[in-house]
Amino acid sequence: MSSTIKWYWFASPQTFYPLAGTLARWSGVLAAVLAAAGLYVGFFVAPTDAQQGEAYRIIFIHVPAAWMSMFLYVVMAFWAAIGLAFNTRLSGMMASAIAPTGALFTFIALWTGSLWGRPTWGAYWVWDARLTSELILLFLYLGFMALQAAIDDPRRADRAGAVLAIVGVINVPIIYYSVKWWNTLHQGASVSLTRAPSMASTMLAGMLLMALAFWAYSIAVSLARVRCIMRERE
Amino acid sequence: MLEAARTVVVRDLLLALRRPSDVATALLFFVIVASLFPLGIGAEPNLLRAIAPGVIWVAALLSSMLSLARLFAADHADGTLEQMLLGVSPLGVVAAAKVLAHWLVSGLPLVVIAPLIALQYDLPHSLYGTLAVSLLLGTPVLSLIGAIGAALTLGLRGGGVLLSLLVLPLYVPVLIMGAGSVDTAAAGLSAAGQLQLLAAFLALAAAFAPWAIAAALRISTE
Repeated sequence: MSSTIKWYWFASPQTFYPLAGTLARWSGVLAAVLAAAGLYVGFFVAPTDAQQGEAYRIIFIHVPAAWMSMFLYVVMAFWAAIGLAFNTRLSGMMASAIAPTGALFTFIALWTGSLWGRPTWGAYWVWDARLTSELILLFLYLGFMALQAAIDDPRRADRAGAVLAIVGVINVPIIYYSVKWWNTLHQGASVSLTRAPSMASTMLAGMLLMALAFWAYSIAVSLARVRCIMRERE
Repeated sequence: MLEAARTVVVRDLLLALRRPSDVATALLFFVIVASLFPLGIGAEPNLLRAIAPGVIWVAALLSSMLSLARLFAADHADGTLEQMLLGVSPLGVVAAAKVLAHWLVSGLPLVVIAPLIALQYDLPHSLYGTLAVSLLLGTPVLSLIGAIGAALTLGLRGGGVLLSLLVLPLYVPVLIMGAGSVDTAAAGLSAAGQLQLLAAFLALAAAFAPWAIAAALRISTE
């Protein structure tokens, strides 16, 4: 019962502001520690890949960034939907605070992917299904941010962005599957993302550490940004 | 309810009829864009035949997007939209009727004129049917999704460019299935799968888009 009350208590920007500050600080520290550990495991502990050599080590950044890029879009749409349904101010602020981080991770995933693709596939860009849908995800993030930036009234911006985010999140699986299908139609299996089936456990550990670090980073940055938005608006 | 929808459709069609240049401009844009590709790429017949479905579909996407900005703008400017919001008939139905009218004046003409472009690109005659059916199923989806973007960007500065940024990524599945159906038919296979998927998109969009448009209109006119 007490937890229910606390949820509503923290739904108000005034009461959430100090909590967000504390959480952001600790998440930031946690992100730094986890990232240091993850990068150490990634660069010094994990063995060299038999086929890809040292180039594979970029997956310690690339894969967690790709995970976060997709996950953050869903989180953003979730907050947007909550904001639209319950008309809470904080939810809309959270959605617009998450969007730049999501776009950043999408961009990092694309950037590191192309750096990995050059030595491994021999090209910076191929029209692979995952690359293409990640690119479209970046456009969806940018569209969301552009729409919010174009509207002066913050309440209208939140609500308009919310409708767009919900429409986008319904479309993401449709886009993913149609791109995947398009890809198999247009080009054969010249390029495959599948790696050796069994991944060394240290590689997996490094990747999970980095994923947790990115989680903590996203929480820290989103909360810091939501604090800025609160100060701007109230 | 249906009476209101019918009235809106007839009214919008009448308005379009009184200003035929608006419709003609979008159609002309479609033809010009499609005619630019051979000039840029070269007029090698085999190449043109291969890119024809994609070019026609991309041109249809752009042309349908171009006319979206006008969808609610005039009604918003003269206050008709507010009357529609206040009226007794559900806003979703009115929105669906407006989209239908928009498709009749901007989507349907594309279906009619597409064979002309196909002729320019020397597309085999056996593919005209698939092309027409794919456009017939796909262009309403473009109007429905686009109307959400048009409602969201209503009255914003830089609305047109913003609209394309919002709407074009969402058009991707329609483009893939539409152009893919003609490509598959060109390869001698049955295009039924893609056409059925396009029909599924249409059913999905027709069911949900009107409510999203209505929600967006309410937000934009607050």
